[in-house]
Amino acid sequence: MAIFLDKDSKVIVQGMTGATGMKHTKLMLADGTNIVGGVNPRKAGTSVDIDGNEIPVFGTVAEAIEKTGANVSVLFVPPAFAKAAVVEAIDAEIPLAVVITEGIAVHDSAAFYAYAVSQGNKTRIIGPNCPGLITPGQSNAGIIPGDITKPGRIGLVSKSGTLTYQMMYELRDIGFSSAVGIGGDPVIGTTHIDALAAFEADPDTDLIVMIGEIGGDAEERAAAFIKENVTKPVVGYVAGFTAPEGKTMGHAGAIVSGSSGTAAAKKEALEAAGVKVGKTPTETAKLAREILAG
Amino acid sequence: MDLFEYQARDLFAKHDVPVLAGEVIDTPEAARAATERLGGKSVVKAQVKVGGRGKAGGVKLAATADEAVEHATNILGMDIKGHTVHKVMIAETAPEIVEEYYVSFLLDRANRTFLSIASVEGGMEIEEVAETRPEAVAKTPIDANVGVTPEVARQIVEAANFPAEVADKVENVLVTLWKTFIEEDALLVEVNPLAKVASGEVIALDGKVSLDENAEFRQPGHEALQDKDAANPLEAAAKEKNLNYVKLDGEVGIIGNGAGLVMSTLDVVAYAGEAHGGVKPANFLDIGGGASAAVMANGLEIILGDPDVKSVFVNVFGGITACDEVANGIVQALQLLADKGEEVTKPLVVRLDGNNAELGRKILSDANHPLVQRVDTMDGAADKAAELAAAK
Repeated sequence: MAIFLDKDSKVIVQGMTGATGMKHTKLMLADGTNIVGGVNPRKAGTSVDIDGNEIPVFGTVAEAIEKTGANVSVLFVPPAFAKAAVVEAIDAEIPLAVVITEGIAVHDSAAFYAYAVSQGNKTRIIGPNCPGLITPGQSNAGIIPGDITKPGRIGLVSKSGTLTYQMMYELRDIGFSSAVGIGGDPVIGTTHIDALAAFEADPDTDLIVMIGEIGGDAEERAAAFIKENVTKPVVGYVAGFTAPEGKTMGHAGAIVSGSSGTAAAKKEALEAAGVKVGKTPTETAKLAREILAG
Repeated sequence: MDLFEYQARDLFAKHDVPVLAGEVIDTPEAARAATERLGGKSVVKAQVKVGGRGKAGGVKLAATADEAVEHATNILGMDIKGHTVHKVMIAETAPEIVEEYYVSFLLDRANRTFLSIASVEGGMEIEEVAETRPEAVAKTPIDANVGVTPEVARQIVEAANFPAEVADKVENVLVTLWKTFIEEDALLVEVNPLAKVASGEVIALDGKVSLDENAEFRQPGHEALQDKDAANPLEAAAKEKNLNYVKLDGEVGIIGNGAGLVMSTLDVVAYAGEAHGGVKPANFLDIGGGASAAVMANGLEIILGDPDVKSVFVNVFGGITACDEVANGIVQALQLLADKGEEVTKPLVVRLDGNNAELGRKILSDANHPLVQRVDTMDGAADKAAELAAAK
């Protein structure tokens, strides 16, 4: 078991034939992901040889699903075209769309999220502006390096890509059931709460590490959710204590506005919900270790 | 990106939101001609991105062109809550105000949708109204795929209990304000106050607009709205080089890859600094995934050019990027700077972990640069960088 992605996942890549798409399709294949096709209307009917794997290119997501039974799409589509690509994936009712693209206008993200809801929420969106997700040893949908760690019993959910890698590295000897990078944009499809609920229900996850950062109130709401619904131990980390008010810190969503969205408020809310929160990533890993050691 | 009032006014006017005439000036003498164009009287309004300018003396009524020059002379250069006034707006004087309302559209992050906020009690901070009289504030979620049609505008008007005699006019403001919100890729459009004047007209007297920088690819006009006067020179230089940089007020220069890791690095340095005389991070700089020698050189150049910086902490976790490439990038960057004749005198602490970390560390050790120290854990490296900054 794992969350959202496993060895049976059949993955297509929208934007596969671009430079970034090719690079990461190659890495995903090397990591054992079952890539069944790419989507590019201008190259429909052709195929691409990636390290000896003949990957067919389809004109549409719907066609790719029909021909291959694909159930996951990873998107490396540039910001200007991302909304149309996600809407296409939603129309094709693909169960999971992982939007890696950084720099999508928030009006576009809000529109495709609203569209997914209006179409009955048949498509789970992860991202945008995220590294994707990995279930070590089974499948990798996105850009998370596959060789940091191994299968294990920690579940990880994070707004940040590099902090995901850092945490996977700190706890590499224990291993992870799944690690999900939900993205650093103001509007994202899958939230901390969605991942927490899935890890809570996953029999192969014993402990959850949750990484947040300044901006919005997703961590506060996750804390309330944990208090009511999560019985497994949760360890937390929040980045951005030193961030000044009103400045965007790299991620479009990472901004303290007035007194809202501060790291201190998030830490306090998590601790009030019984979550142990580390001061540094290393200390956070240590807390997870201590809990798992009993 | 938050805009000035005059920029918000211009965008409102462009999308047919009713506003008063006004123009922005930056010299006192220009107030004369601007006021004369308005018929000989005006309101002189300080342009600052902070509330409370009226109380601070930043808004003055001028009955004559001479008075407008006098007010502009006093207001230009004034400090309002730490913001220096570089520009004033010379605005048409408002007709007699009968009532003040509030309307806005904004992004509702928590619900991943847009939200309309409306109240018949405008003129003060809406947060204050929401706190003291929550029943006077109507919040209506807006479906991003439907938008604000006349029907939706009517619902907002009803939810906020606008008087019947202004209903049609407020609806028109809502529809045109929504057009501004959508067509300008805004994160916030706010009108406060939306005034009912003696003639019965409804006019946006003051407003705030915040724009989505991610939408610049389809908003070619937005670049010109940036406040170049206020930009820190280091931030401006970094922006020219496409670097994601924010100037802070500490002593330890920071370079890292990935926004989350860099934010975390700032915190870890500030935490380590508590044991070293309270030194703090001097900046945020995310060089992203690639971290090529050229990008590293650009980043180092900005940071070493900051006179506040006493030491530099390069914190990289190699994900897809291999640490040997990053290490080569650092060595080459130092060489590039030396070749350009820029003397590097500040110590660098480098922590490399992840993909090919051993190789990367070896490259740094072999290069044996006198100013570069390797520390292989994030917390340890932060401590060393803080210690070096404190010793300077």
